[in-house]
Order: sequence, then C-alpha cells, then structure tokens
Amino acid sequence: MARMSLDLTVNGERRKVDVDTRTTVLDLLREQLGLTGSKKGCDHGQCGACTVLVAGRRVLGCLVLAVTLEGAEVTTVEGLADGDDLHPVQRAFLDADAFQCGYCTPGQLCSAVGMLREVGEGWPSVVTPPGATVSVSSLGPDEVRERMSGNLCRCGAYVNIVPAVLAARR
Amino acid sequence: MNDVVRPVMQDAVAAAPTRVDGRDKVTGRARYAVEHPVEDVVWAWPVTSTVAKGRVTEIDASEANGTEGVIAVLTHANAPRLGETDDAELQLLQSDRVAYRGQVCALVVGETVESARAGADAVRVRYDEAEHDVVLDARHPAMFTPEKVNPGFPTDTSIGDPDTAFAVAAVQLDATYTTPTEHNHAMEPHATTASWGADGTLTLYDSNQGSTGVARVMADLFGLQVRAVHVISEHVGGGFGSKGTPRPNIVLAAMAAQAVGRPVRLALGRQHMFSLVGYRTPTIQRLRLGATTDGVLRSLVHDVWEQTSTLDDFAEQTAVISRMLYAAPARRTTHRLVRLDVPTPSWMRAPGEAPGSFALESAMDELAAACDLDPVELRVRNEPDVDPESGKPFSSRNLVACLREGARRFGWEQRDPTPGVRRDGRWLVGTGVASSTYPARTAPSQARMSIGSDGVVTVELNAVDIGTGSRTALTQIAAEAMDLPTDRVRLRIGDSTLPPAMIAGGSMGLTSWGSAIVKGARQLRELVGRRDGAIPEDGLEVTADTAEEVRAVSGYARHAFGAQFCEVRVDADTGEVRVPRLLGVFAVGRVINARTARSQLVGGMTMGLSMALHEEGVVDVQHGDNVNHDLAGYHIAAHADVADVDAMWLEEHDEHLNLVGAKGIGEIGIVGTAAAVANAVHHATGVRVRDLPIRVDRLLGRG
Amino acid sequence: MKAFEYERPVGVTEAVALARRAGSRFLGGGTNLVDLMKLGVETPDLLVDLTGLDLAEVLEQPDGALRIGATVRNSDLSANDAVRARYPVLSQALVAGASGQLRNMATVGGNMLQRTRCPYFQDVTKACNKRVPGSGCPARAGEHRNLAILGASEACIATSPSDFAVALAALDAGVTALTTEGEVSLTVSDFFRLPGDEPQRDTNLPPGALVTALTVPRLDWATRSAYRKVRDRASYAFALVSVAAAVDLDGDRVRDVRLALGGVAHAPWRATRAEEALRGGPATEEAFSAALRGELEAAEPLPHNGFKVDLAHNVAVRTLTELTGVPA
Repeated sequence: MARMSLDLTVNGERRKVDVDTRTTVLDLLREQLGLTGSKKGCDHGQCGACTVLVAGRRVLGCLVLAVTLEGAEVTTVEGLADGDDLHPVQRAFLDADAFQCGYCTPGQLCSAVGMLREVGEGWPSVVTPPGATVSVSSLGPDEVRERMSGNLCRCGAYVNIVPAVLAARR
Repeated sequence: MNDVVRPVMQDAVAAAPTRVDGRDKVTGRARYAVEHPVEDVVWAWPVTSTVAKGRVTEIDASEANGTEGVIAVLTHANAPRLGETDDAELQLLQSDRVAYRGQVCALVVGETVESARAGADAVRVRYDEAEHDVVLDARHPAMFTPEKVNPGFPTDTSIGDPDTAFAVAAVQLDATYTTPTEHNHAMEPHATTASWGADGTLTLYDSNQGSTGVARVMADLFGLQVRAVHVISEHVGGGFGSKGTPRPNIVLAAMAAQAVGRPVRLALGRQHMFSLVGYRTPTIQRLRLGATTDGVLRSLVHDVWEQTSTLDDFAEQTAVISRMLYAAPARRTTHRLVRLDVPTPSWMRAPGEAPGSFALESAMDELAAACDLDPVELRVRNEPDVDPESGKPFSSRNLVACLREGARRFGWEQRDPTPGVRRDGRWLVGTGVASSTYPARTAPSQARMSIGSDGVVTVELNAVDIGTGSRTALTQIAAEAMDLPTDRVRLRIGDSTLPPAMIAGGSMGLTSWGSAIVKGARQLRELVGRRDGAIPEDGLEVTADTAEEVRAVSGYARHAFGAQFCEVRVDADTGEVRVPRLLGVFAVGRVINARTARSQLVGGMTMGLSMALHEEGVVDVQHGDNVNHDLAGYHIAAHADVADVDAMWLEEHDEHLNLVGAKGIGEIGIVGTAAAVANAVHHATGVRVRDLPIRVDRLLGRG
Repeated sequence: MKAFEYERPVGVTEAVALARRAGSRFLGGGTNLVDLMKLGVETPDLLVDLTGLDLAEVLEQPDGALRIGATVRNSDLSANDAVRARYPVLSQALVAGASGQLRNMATVGGNMLQRTRCPYFQDVTKACNKRVPGSGCPARAGEHRNLAILGASEACIATSPSDFAVALAALDAGVTALTTEGEVSLTVSDFFRLPGDEPQRDTNLPPGALVTALTVPRLDWATRSAYRKVRDRASYAFALVSVAAAVDLDGDRVRDVRLALGGVAHAPWRATRAEEALRGGPATEEAFSAALRGELEAAEPLPHNGFKVDLAHNVAVRTLTELTGVPA
C-alpha cells in the first residue's frame, strides 16, 4: 500500500496527515480527521453530498484524491460558521426549512457558498442568456436552480433551497 | 362531519417553529449511522453476485486475504449461522443459492474502507449459472394470485357485475398503463456501525425508520434477548420506505463484528442500493371504466400485474386506491404476481397508491375527454357518499373541496380543454389535474413521560426523525398537551431501549407517536393534579400505551385526500418536458407544524414529479439487473427540474382519527402527481403517455 | 481500488518520462479517472498528477487563435472573456456539461480523454469490447437507448460523452501533445476516432502522449454560434443529442457554416455533408432540414435509439434557425 504524508489546512487549521494514496479527501475528512459533516451519498460524483470548498471553490470530495491537496485550503460545512454565528447561508437554510433529512445539506451549503462566489466573478451558466452577465444582485431562481443542480436532494427540499440561497446573498 | 374552514396560508408556515435539530444539520454536527466515534473500528464491504440465478460453486478468497489491510472474508461457508426470521432477504451468507444478480455472496472486512473495497475487488466467485427470468409480462405463465397484498389487503375484490356494466356502458375506456422499477434512494445509503460487548450485547448505530422492530429482528437472527440488542438511530438520512425494516447492511455489519471481534462499519455503496434494499415493483395496469355520457361511472375494473422475487412474496397494493376513490355500482380490482429472478420488491413512498394513482387518474382524465367533461367536474360527479366497498362512512372526505380550492387557486376555470393548441414560442403548454389520497392510520405506540421538580417534562419513545420533522412536531405536541412552552420539553427518540413505537412509515409515524404522547400527557397531568401540582424531588413518571385506543377502532373509513394541479411545457421539437407549476391542495386532518408539513408535502410532490419524468430502473434482460445502477444513470429530479411546487391544505377537523387529530402526510404528496403531469402533457401535446417515465422519445414525433 | 503510486512532476518532460512506466496514467481533475478506478475499470499502478504543471493558461496567439493549456479547468475556460466573446459555442458547451463542482475540477485536457458512459463499459462484471477487447458487446442486443446512431461498429456502439469536444470539433480545433519523441499535433477530427474493430482506442493519440494544449483557430464569425443539448433531465445529465453550430450569413444566404453533433457517435460527429449542402444556399428552415436529413441518411439506429435521428435533426434545425434569425 502506498502512503504519503500531506500538509493541508482544513477549516483554518493546519493538519499534517499520513494517507493511503487511494484515500479521497472525503474519506480523509470523515475517517481520519473526524469531520463527518461532509457526506458520502454516492461516492462517484453523481450526487453532490460531499461538496467541499478547496481554495474557495466547490469540488466533490469523493473524486479528489487527498494526495493531490498538498498545501491546499479546505473548507467543510464545519468551517462555514464563525463560532456560534452561523454563515448567512446556514441561517437562511434554517429559516426556509431548506432541508429535511439533512444528509445532502452540508453539500448544498458548501455548494451554495461556492456558487455565490462564482456568480460574483461573473461566471455564466447554461441558462445565462448569451452575452449577458449575471451578478449576485441580479441572480434569479432559474440561475440558482441550474447552478445548484449538482446537489441532489431526495427529500425534495429544492423549492425551499432556492429562496434560501437567494436570501443568503450578502 | 366536514368542517372545512379555510386553506392554510403562508403566515402559518412562517409562524411555525423551525426544526429543533436544524442547527445540528446545517453545521454538520448531526451524526448519522457510520459517524459516531467508535474505537478500533474496521470496515466491511459486500461482494455481490454477478449471475441472476444459480449456485455459488467456489469462492476464491486467497488474493483477497493477501490484500494489505484485509482482516477477514466471510462467505456462506464460514459466516456465522443466523436464526430464523420472516424476511428471507436477511438470511445472508447462509447458502450457496443465488436468487438475483447483486445478491451478497461474500463480505470483506478491512482495516480501512479502502482495504475492504480492494479486498472485495479481489474475491473470485465461480457459479453454476442457471437461466434467469427477469422480465415482467402480464401473460407470464407463472402469474399467480397472491394470498394478500401489502400490508394485508385482500388480493381481489368485486362488487356487482362489472363486465356486463362495462359492456353496456355508453362510454367505455379500456387502457393499459405501466410503471417501471423505481428505487427509493434516500441520500444516506443504508449504513450500520456494529459492536459486540464483552457481555454478548450488540450495539448498533443504524440508519432505519424505526428501531423497535429492527432490534427484535436482530435478536432473532443472532439468538439474543431483545434487551441485549441496542439500536441507536439519532439522525437518519431519509428512507422513503426502504429503511422500514432491517436491511442487509445491519445483519452483515453485526456478523462481521462477531467474526473479527472488533466494531465494524458498513455503509452500502450507491450501486448496492439497486439490489439490496428493496424497490418498487414495475407494474402493468389495465383500467376499464364504463360511464354514462354525463360521466357517471357504472363500472370500474382495475387489474394489476407485478413482480416479486423467488425469495419472498411482496405484492404491491396497486389497485387498492380504486376500491375507495370513486363511486361505481359495479367494480373489481385484481392483483397478479410472478416470482422472477430479481430482488424482493418492498415499500417505496405510497406503496400501492403511487403507481395505482398514475393509472386510475390517467384513466379518469381519458374518460373526461371521452365524455367531453372537465376533469375536475368528472371527479366531482363520481364522489361516493360512503366508502364504496365497505359501505362505511368516511371519517372526513374533502376531495371535492380540495379539487375546488385547487382549481380556484390554479386558475383552472379559464382552461380550454382542447389538447395541443396552446403554444408559447417553441413550447406547447398544458395543464392537468389528478386526485390524491392515502389511508389515515394509527398504530400502537408507547411513550414514557416524566416531569421533574423543575417542571421540565421529558418525553421518551422510540420514534425517529428521518427528515420528516418529527423531532420538532413531537416536541410541539408534548408541549401543547402539557400546556408548557416547548423549551420546557425534552424529547428523546431514536433508541431501541426507549418505549416501543411505530416506525416512521405508512404516514403513521406522527399520528401514532403523537397519540402516545397525548395520552401520556393526560396521565401525567392527572398524576400531577392528584398531588395538587406538587412534584416530588425525584419527579413523576408515567408510561402510556395506545394499544387499546388503536384496537377500539370505530366504523369509519379514514383517508386523507388531495388534488394536484400541474402545468407543463413541452418543447415541440425535442419532447423535453418542463413543469413550471405544481400545486397540491390537501385535506389531512390537523397539521402540527405548518413549516415542516409543507416541506414534506412538497417533497412528496417533487418525488412524484421525478417519478413522472425521470425514474426508471432499466432491466438488463441479458444480465438480469438494472443496467443503469448508479445516480448518473438512474435519474432523480435535480434542482433544475423543479420550479414552482407548492402545497397547501384545508383546515379539517376530524374527531374519528386518533388523539392528535392528524391523518399523516408522508406519502400523500406523491399520490396523483405523475398522473397530473401526464394529463398536463396530454393537454399540451395531444399525446397520451401511458408508460412512465414521460421520456422525450415517448413524445417526439407523436404530437 | 487497487493500490497505486503517486507522482507530481514539475515539468512536462518529467511527466512524459514518468508516463513510460508500466501502468501509469495521467491524472487531471480526476472526475472520470478516479470514478473509473473505484469501478475497477481503470487499475493504474502509478498516477502522474498533471495539475502542478505550467499548463493552466489561456493565451491569444499572434494569428488570432486561442491556445488553451491542458490543465485549464472547465469552469475557468467557460468564464474566460475571450471564449465567451469570440466562441459562445465553446463556453455554452462547457457549462452544459456536468455540474458546477465537476466543472471546477475537470481539466480541458482530461475532458477530451474522458471515457464513454456506456453502462456496460462501466460495469466490470459485464462484457465490453472497449474495456476487454474481444469480450463482446451486450449493448447492441441490450440497453442502447443512449448509444450511437452514427459510425458505430459491430464491436462497439459507445458514444463520446464530452460536450466540449463537440464544440471544438465544430471550431476545427487542434490538439497538441507531447511524447518522448517530441510534439505532435492533431485536429480534433483526427484526434477522435470511430470504434471500428479497435473500440479500445478512443483516440489516435500515440501511447504515453501528454495532451498539453488545445488550439482554437481564429474564426471571426463564430460569434454567431451556439450549443444546444437535450438530456433526460434539465441539468446534470449526459446528452441524448447535442448540437454545436456556427453560421456565417451573407444576407439571407449561408456563406459558411460549422455543425457538429454530440451524443450520436463514438466521436463528436462533424456534419460535413450537411455543411456542404448548406454552404452558399439559402438560410431557410427547409434548407436546414434537408441538409440534416442528408447528413442523417448515414444513421443506423438500433431498436431503442431511433428517436435520436429525429431528435438530432430537430435540434440542429432549431439551433440553425435561431442562430440565423429565421422565423419559426
């Protein structure tokens, strides 16, 4: 078995770990670092429950090998709140009842945070009219739905997630 | 009996308490089955059969055993022997027989999830393969009449002479509908952490819909006293029926932990969930409706063909909805079953009503067109005075009120019934309606309630919150029953050592648990009252049991009702279907928490939309499994598929239900949705899709 | 997943040298490779991580072409100002693929090399000529609703899953790769191949070659271009059929046109026959339809994917009519 040592920052904390080269960042978080907030829904990049932020960008923890994250900054659902102060997206999810079983929720939250940053940078989506630029303030429900489509929810909380994401814009 | 006041509005939702466990869920602190810290824990991963029928002749585990980190390989030759239960799917690794593709034939235990999986990849299984039979066909020669349909309904019913009534009816509709294999796919895969104590006790963190029964089955399987089994289900990532009873994960985890003498975690992979945890049978349904020219049903016949496995008979109660939804003097329902080389089907949200309503409510839409009647009006004309088969009065029945209120809010009155004539650019636009119903039942449950000298009430019962909001709603029920603010109530659920209670299933969780709490509160208040409010230092405690109340059923038919209205847009060139609007109006008795109730109804409707447009386990005839066995191939609705879905309900007071006055809302949201979508698609395009899901290739070029 | 070694080279020469080791695979974003490793379809002994290489830039060349480094992430390229302004079809194809998370991970080079999502290819318990040459193709007699209608062979009816590559094919893009022998360049049309009797080969890339860049030639009229994708759900799904199109109009006539179809073949399907039929002709719905019917004469649909012929026709005609402003 090939193992490697790895330095990375998780939720602002420097961590030095020894990992099997096969270990995904999702399994590293859940099994070695005790951060079980990130969920394993499919383990094949088909549901989004494992979404975490790497350098502020949303990625799927189940398809990122931990060894590729030397020196990286990883943020998980456990790192969104500032102490007891919930992140605006977390607060909005609570208020809008934007979840039921809660299993896709950490992924939805991290995805929403990453998505709002992408919108802030003017990134287009497939529903953005050609030539148009979407901003955080002009973001509408269709854009949120398309951009959040990588996060499946079987409880059917989508119609509450969309207003929650819109409400969380700062 | 009907006391409809007004629909419940947004302000009720806004005023309802947010989830008591919401903060844990949005911060990642909520722990699910394989997330509780356990010392010295190892991982297990199943090896599943690659033939659909036959015998295992050899399992070569030498390479697996030589794989770094692998601790053990269990097979039918060396696995612990299990005791008897009535679920043949749980007799895991007990024989060499293969009953379906994807059945567990070995289990690898490794130090890590990676080593367990690598070991599983290295296990070589040889088979004596037999020819398999996996295709459901109504003319299958092995079709038989099951003894009953789930959970205990008569297989067939008949009143009058429906054949003659149909033959002489002025308007006749005879159509066959099909629904495919559908999979539950809760987002949390079935998962267990198992550990054996030195004293022979078994502790299980497990993802299930109710651990009272789980503990009992595990005790039977492992030859233990029930009190030696402790099942903890603090948070559960959805179930939708597939976690109603123990599934292979918990049995395998316990076996593995026994074999290796260490705690074991086992979380099934998503692909395993296509064969190991139950699914909804595909159905073939023939509807024959005979009516007068003004749309009054004279005959209603609903014949169903569906499948089960060779291990166990599970007969989905698909036609049961046709026994009570509409009046018709002559009527018949039948269910036929065939045992195929497939996994055993099981419960999936609204078993029976979900597929049955697709056929019945599509047929009613076709009948409305044949009678040149508005589909809402057709349904109103066939409203029964009493339960058509039993003759019992309904405890409350507000289907018509739901249809009327929904029609008003949806803007149904302006609807031109002509199909295929509304166009908005490239989109063909249409609207559809369907009725919805689900039985309102209550099951015996117990609750222990105590009050401390500080006045804080502790409520303990083995309920579980699989995402329905029960932790929140039960807290509210207890607070109201004790006349206390919710912050004076502590609720403990999700633990098999607590007083036994109904599962979170059959839309019976809240009604059953809530009734036990209301009864317990009455007893506790009486006890406190007898002491003039003086609570001793060590508090007061009662345990309530609703077995007697549940047994003392009065002579009413109890059902929740609803109406679903749908707008679709169908791309004229591609056949792509979009659903901009879906509105459900329900009558479900008392609603405890408007916020979580709306979420659950909307969630059911969303799953119904998904059933209408996406979900289909495609049978691989050559290999015997579902060819699309992952979430990239088995589509469930994504964000972009779900636009304006809204649910509301009529205020309904029904004194003949249970101590809570509620009917349960877990399933009704999915009932009728697919028909409403299909009916809207017909209205938009003129194409009647009788086979789910409504794929582009079923519309393209047929308009 | 089988155990493997992991290397992170700092230069392309080192990367190419590492790739000579037996059982090595290049790792980009991992969105397909790591998935295939979990499925047992890929069992590498060594992963050579390319994401530390200096290949993540998008550069406008003196001749007006756009040179896209192989490790540029899909999402970055989709948001690139030059891409959005000059090649809308390319940006649209990128955002039509996968999900936001996957686009943030996936590299454009890896996107070109992703494997088919044919369910038999992805299931190691079933035969597949692409995965195990000579083992057979159960898809032909089995489930093939979303498999090829054009250019398939007895051995393989898989489809190429990339949206991006369809747009690149329409734009006559090129692929630059490095081997230990030196640099090689291929057009996208030559890069991808039809399955024939060697379905195990997705591309004509020499063994061990490292894709370093993609080059999109200058095409001023590509500002009038679009990508349209039809799938089984509104997002986060592979194409049933997709169309990449660009049109150069001369009044109401087609001066030039580019058209490629996705989801229909083992490679992006450049509709050259339709292009020839349209070039110099009227920009009318009738002409578009006739051209597509001509192109699709070559289709050999199977029992469950015949709908793709009409679907491809309709989507292409629609895309062309919308691009040219022809009233519907």
